[in-house]
Amino acid sequence: MEFFTISLLNGLSYGLMLFMLSSGLTLIFSMMGVLNFAHASFYMLGAYFAFALSGRIGYWSALFIAPVLVGLIGAAFEQLCLRRVHRFGNVPELLITFGLSYLVLEVVQLVWGRNVVPYGLPTQLQGPLFTLYGTQFPKSRAFIMLVAVLMLGATWLVLQRTRIGLVIQAALTHPETVQALGHNVPRVFMLVFGGGAALAALAGVVAGNTYVTEPAMAYAVGTIIFVVVVVGGMGSLAGAFLASVLIGVVQTFAVAIDTSLADLLAVVGVQVSSGNPLAQALRLTVAQVAPMLPYLLMVLILIFRPRGLMGTRED
Amino acid sequence: MRAFTMTATRGRWLAWGGLAAVLVAAPLVFRSSLALNMLSQMGYLIIICLSYNLLLGQGGMLSFGHAVYTGLGGYAAVAAIGYVDGHGLAFPLALMPLVGGAMGALIAVPLGYVSTKKAGTTFAMISLGIGELVVAFAIMLPDLFGGDGGMSINRTYGKPFWGISFGPQIELYYLIAVYCFVCTALMYAFTATPLGRMLNAVRDNPERAQFVGYDTQLVRWYSFIVAGFFAGIGGALATINFEIFNAADALSSMRSGAYLLFTFLGGVTFFFGPIIGAVLMVLSTVLLSELTAAWLLYLGLVFVLMIMYAPGGVASLVMMNVQMARAGKLGRFVGLYGALLLACAVLLAGASALIEMVYHMQLSAATGSEVKYLGMRLDAATGAPWLGAAAVALAGAWAVHRVGRRLAHAWGRAQEEIEAELQRGGQA
Repeated sequence: MEFFTISLLNGLSYGLMLFMLSSGLTLIFSMMGVLNFAHASFYMLGAYFAFALSGRIGYWSALFIAPVLVGLIGAAFEQLCLRRVHRFGNVPELLITFGLSYLVLEVVQLVWGRNVVPYGLPTQLQGPLFTLYGTQFPKSRAFIMLVAVLMLGATWLVLQRTRIGLVIQAALTHPETVQALGHNVPRVFMLVFGGGAALAALAGVVAGNTYVTEPAMAYAVGTIIFVVVVVGGMGSLAGAFLASVLIGVVQTFAVAIDTSLADLLAVVGVQVSSGNPLAQALRLTVAQVAPMLPYLLMVLILIFRPRGLMGTRED
Repeated sequence: MRAFTMTATRGRWLAWGGLAAVLVAAPLVFRSSLALNMLSQMGYLIIICLSYNLLLGQGGMLSFGHAVYTGLGGYAAVAAIGYVDGHGLAFPLALMPLVGGAMGALIAVPLGYVSTKKAGTTFAMISLGIGELVVAFAIMLPDLFGGDGGMSINRTYGKPFWGISFGPQIELYYLIAVYCFVCTALMYAFTATPLGRMLNAVRDNPERAQFVGYDTQLVRWYSFIVAGFFAGIGGALATINFEIFNAADALSSMRSGAYLLFTFLGGVTFFFGPIIGAVLMVLSTVLLSELTAAWLLYLGLVFVLMIMYAPGGVASLVMMNVQMARAGKLGRFVGLYGALLLACAVLLAGASALIEMVYHMQLSAATGSEVKYLGMRLDAATGAPWLGAAAVALAGAWAVHRVGRRLAHAWGRAQEEIEAELQRGGQA
C-alpha cells in the first residue's frame, strides 16, 4: 500500500512535469504545424540557466528569470530562423529545429562541460514533505506538482479569459481569417513559440535539481515527450495530459518492480534453463525494461488506435 | 527532339562511366592507408545515404531511426560470419553484405508496417521511438548483441579465392566499390519503377494518389522495405570494414542523426545529392575532426545555414550553376562569386577565431591561454584578440550580406531572361 501511494505520487509528479513540456509542444504543433524538435533543448537550457543564475541571484529569482531568458531565445529563433524556413514546407521546419537542438547541445557542453553539474535544491525544498507508512515523499517533487498545476491554471486562464488568448485560440484553427480580421498572426506565432519555450524552461528549472542536470537530459526527455504527443493524439491537449500522466505513472511503477517473465513462468511450474537462448530475455525484470515501456506503448497505440488516445485526425 | 534524347543517353553513359572510373581509379591516385580507409568508408556511406534518401528525398519520409536498419544489417553480417567461420562452412565474404541486406529488409517488414501507418511529422516521431526501442533492446541483451565490448570478427576467414583473402584493405575496398556501384545503379533504377514513381506521387500529393486508386500506406511500406534492404547492405559493409559490431554505437540515434544531416547537406532533391553527402561525411568526421575540436559546432552551423539559405543542399547549388552555364550566363557571376568567397573567408576567419578561443578556454585552459590560429598566436587572456576577431567577423558578415543581396538580385534577373528566352522559343 505504501509502495502504491508513494509510487503513484512520484509518477504523478513526473507525469505533470512531462505535461509541462508536452503542452507547449502540442500548442506549437497545432498552431504552426511545426513539431519542435528543440523543445526539450529549451527544457535543458532552463535547467542550466537556473543553475548558473541561482549561484548569483538565488534560486527563487532564477525560477522566474531563467524561463524569461529562454523564452526570449525561443522567440528570437522563431523570428530569425523558423519563419524563413516556413515557406519551404514541413520537413525543413522540422530539420531546422533538429539543427537547433544539435547546436544547443554543443553549446551547453562547451559552456558547462560534459558531466553532471551540481545544481542543488534550495534549503526550503530539501527534505521530505511528509512520511507515509515510513516512506518519505520529498518536498521537491511536491513543488514540481505545485508549479505544474499553477502553470497549467495560468495558461488555461490566459487562453480562455484574455483577449490575446482568444486570438491564439482562433489562430489555431483559422489563421487566415484571424489575419484578415487585422491581427498580426506572425507575431502571435512568435509569442506562442516563445511562450512554449519559456514553459519548457520552467519545467527544466524545477526538474533540473530534482532529477539531474546534464547534457543528456534533453534527449532523454525529448524522445519521451514525442511519445506522449503520439500516444495522446497529435494536437490534442487533453490527450497530451492523459498520456503524460499515464507514462509518468507506468514508468515510475515499472522501475520498482523486480519481477521477470522467468519468475512468472516459475510460478506456473516452468523453469528456464540457462542454456535456453532466450534465457536472458526472459530473466529481464520489469525494472530493467522500464525505459522501453513508453516506446512499446507507442507502438501498441499505433497498431490499435493510430490517431492516439484523444486524437481526431487519422492521417 | 531526337537530338535531345541522344544527348540525354550520352549524358547517362557519361555519368555512370564516370562513377565507375572514379571508383576504380581513386585508390590508385590516393595511395596512403588513411586515404584508402576513407575511400572504403565513402563507398558504404554512399549506399547508406542513398538508401536514406529513398525515404527522405523520394518518399518525403523524415526518418530519425535509419541506424536501426544499417545496424541490424551489420549485426546479421557479424553473426553470419561468426557462424560460418565457427562451423567451417564455405560461404564467401563477398556475399555477406547480402545477408545484411536481407536482415535490413526483414526487419523493415514489421517495423516499416508500424512506421508507415502515418506520414509526415508523425512518421518522424515514430521512427525516433522505434530507434530508441531497438537500441534499448539490443543493449539489454548482451548475450545476443555483444554488450559493451561488441562482437568482433575476422573477415579473412575461409580459403582465399583466386588469391583474394580480403585481408589487405585494397581488396576490401574493391568489394565495397563493386557493391557501391551496383547498389547505386539499382536504387537509381528503383526510382524509375512504377513503385518508385508512385512513391514520388505519394510524397507530393497523397490525397490524389489515393484517389487514383493507390494505397499510400502500402506504397510507403514497400519502399521502406527496399530502403531497409540497401541500408542493411551498407551496414554490413561497414562492420566488415571495421571487423567489429557494437550495438550501442551502430544502432544509436547519433548515427541516425548523422545520416540525416549529411544526406540533407548533400541534397535530397537530386538523386546524386546523397553521394556528395557521404563524401562530406567522411571528410568532416575524419579530417575536420582532426583540424579542430569544435567541428560538431561548425557542422551544426553549416546545417542550419544550409536549411535557411539552400534547402536543396549542395546538389541543388551545383545544378543551379549547371543550368546557368547551359544558358551561357554563368560568366557574369564570376566577379560576384569572387567577392562572395572573399567575404565568406573574412567572416569565417573572424568567427572561427572566436570559436577556437572559446573552445580553448573551456577545454584546454590548463595548457595556457595562448591559442595557435592560422599561424598567429592569440592570447585569449587579453581583450585584443577577442575584439579583433569580433571586428573581423562583423565586417565579414556585413560584406556577405551586401554581396549576397547583389548576387540574389543578379541571379533573379538572369533567371527572368532565361524564362523569357524559353517562352520566345516556345512561340516560335
